[in-house]
Amino acid sequence: MTFVEFLQQLINGLSLGSVYALIALGYTMVYGIIGLINFAHCDIYMVGAYIGFFAATSLHLPFIPTLILAMAGAGIVGVLVERIAYRPLRKASNISLLITAMGVSLLLENGFNCIFGGDPRSYPHNILKQTNIELGPVHTDSLHLIILTTSLVLMVLLQIIIYRTKIGKAMRATSADKDAAALMGINVNATISATFAIGSALAGAAGVLVGILYNSIDPYMGIQPGIKAFTAAVFGGIGLIPGAFLGGLILGVIETFVTAWYSPLAGAIGFIILIIILIIKPSGLLGKKVSEKV
Amino acid sequence: MLKKFVACALSVVLVSGFAGCSGNASGQGGSMAGGAAGGTIKIGFIGPLTGSASSYGQSSQRGLQLLEEQTNKAGGINGQKVKVVSVDDEGKPASAVNGGQKLINSDKVAAIVGPVTSTSANSLAPICQRYNIPMITGTGTNVNITKSGDCIFRTCFTDPFQGKIMAKFATDDRKAKTAAILYNNGDDYSKGLSEAFKSSFTGTIVDTETYNTGDKDFNAQLTKIAPHKPDVLFLPDYYSVVSIIMKEARNVGIKSTFLGGDGFDSPELFSIGGDAVNGAYFSDHYSATDPSKEVAQFIKDYKAKYNSDPDAFAALTYDAGKVLFDSIKKAKSTDANAVKGAMKAYNGQLVCGNIKFDSDRNAVKAAVIIKTQGGKETFYKRFSA
Repeated sequence: MTFVEFLQQLINGLSLGSVYALIALGYTMVYGIIGLINFAHCDIYMVGAYIGFFAATSLHLPFIPTLILAMAGAGIVGVLVERIAYRPLRKASNISLLITAMGVSLLLENGFNCIFGGDPRSYPHNILKQTNIELGPVHTDSLHLIILTTSLVLMVLLQIIIYRTKIGKAMRATSADKDAAALMGINVNATISATFAIGSALAGAAGVLVGILYNSIDPYMGIQPGIKAFTAAVFGGIGLIPGAFLGGLILGVIETFVTAWYSPLAGAIGFIILIIILIIKPSGLLGKKVSEKV
Repeated sequence: MLKKFVACALSVVLVSGFAGCSGNASGQGGSMAGGAAGGTIKIGFIGPLTGSASSYGQSSQRGLQLLEEQTNKAGGINGQKVKVVSVDDEGKPASAVNGGQKLINSDKVAAIVGPVTSTSANSLAPICQRYNIPMITGTGTNVNITKSGDCIFRTCFTDPFQGKIMAKFATDDRKAKTAAILYNNGDDYSKGLSEAFKSSFTGTIVDTETYNTGDKDFNAQLTKIAPHKPDVLFLPDYYSVVSIIMKEARNVGIKSTFLGGDGFDSPELFSIGGDAVNGAYFSDHYSATDPSKEVAQFIKDYKAKYNSDPDAFAALTYDAGKVLFDSIKKAKSTDANAVKGAMKAYNGQLVCGNIKFDSDRNAVKAAVIIKTQGGKETFYKRFSA
């Protein structure tokens, strides 16, 4: 591999990783606050992509309103999912919640397949101009840069929300001890709803951006990036927002270099490295050894 | 526990034994009755009329029903009217088996056109073979379908054949010396085409890369292919994937000509891939812009009946029906063995080109090469291996 090729593959890896990072942020946030691995997260991402698609094609909205509408819509769907499927089970065991999350995931995927059909759909070409950016011998495109910047900005924004605002304080209190938080006058239900709203809005944004990047959305588009993003979140230390970002980028880079070395192994190597990291450092890259939450 | 097991085993034996008996009896009755019942010949059709593959099934059914109407208008077959009995298999193998048994045992059809999808055709084929009912699929491209026995025919070409034809096309028509392949190693269709391409291409294969089902980022593989500057890049997968690959390939600076199989065939190719997909060549069964007179006539008739353009499924199933009807006419009976014999000897000009059968009862025919240009699919030429 020449140096130029190495640089190019590094850029490819960071681009791919920024997509994983963007989805992983929502995963890790919900886990950090209520300790639930929300398997429906990747389907909310798909729902967001569809809302954006209809906003762009039926309502002919430009990019920014499309993105806002998709984030709002995905946020509402996320809150509804929590209200209908997870809240009645809050006192039940974690396994019941996990299985319910998988059920919601299958319901959303197959429900959308039933209503909108399985054929891939594409965003209008003019919604966001994709231009090639040449940096000497290597190149990338504007959309990948936008996605990378978006995940970086959102990561910082999330950190600010969680550590600098009142609702963030309520989230951290809820995360530490639900009952004690309620005794201190925190509305636990509202806090959890807010967590889902924010996490799902992030997924909605990711759905639109990735939908435009690959220009193809379908009801099952969430499954594969969902697994990768989940891996990235665990990799970086689940529950930790900078961990999700870092985990996403590293997973993307590793996967790209493995693909460039011997492509049939690409699917497996990322996960082998995940297993090794978890054996050596079970709490993930940025994770500290803490006593069990929840 | 043991008792339960014995009971289960017994009932299974009883049921299958019973099914076997009734099957044999009505199987023979089927071919006799099909010939004589009230002056009509019943032909079964199986395809996905509902479900995710419903557009394939509905198009195929329309193609066959058009042929039924034309045949009856022209006086039927050997003075008898033709009646097509349709069954919906929802694209599921189990429903195809049930539907096929219904057609054979209660409708007593003389032969079956279909199933439309490969998985359904694979599961129905052994049953038709057992009952000695000729089955002819117009669209099942999986290699194994016709291996069930001498009752099973197909009028389309098989998956690997397309890899072979595109390899020859690359050298003969595109004058390619080097080629690279990027395929899905989790998909039989993609693997089958790429293996056939690899073994038939006479130039140099400079690089072979793979990806998995569901991947949408191919930059790593394409960055690796780019420095080899292959003359052609072979992409044996469906339109939803190859359109993304072609877009990303142009972005990383690959200037090769893209080649592919019938998976390219969809208007969505252009809406997903944009400009990048123009200038590609792929093999297909049929093209609506084919200048041959059979195609023009077929499109005219189809439009007159349904007020829409026929797709490849309609054309292929129309052809499958035509082979069957002509063979019954030639055999002067619906006796399965006579019909099989006539089909084996078949040689005729149909909508999708000239068809005859090889010793495995697969159609020997030319492929249509389609070129993508200006956001449209256009007929390039007929090409045979």
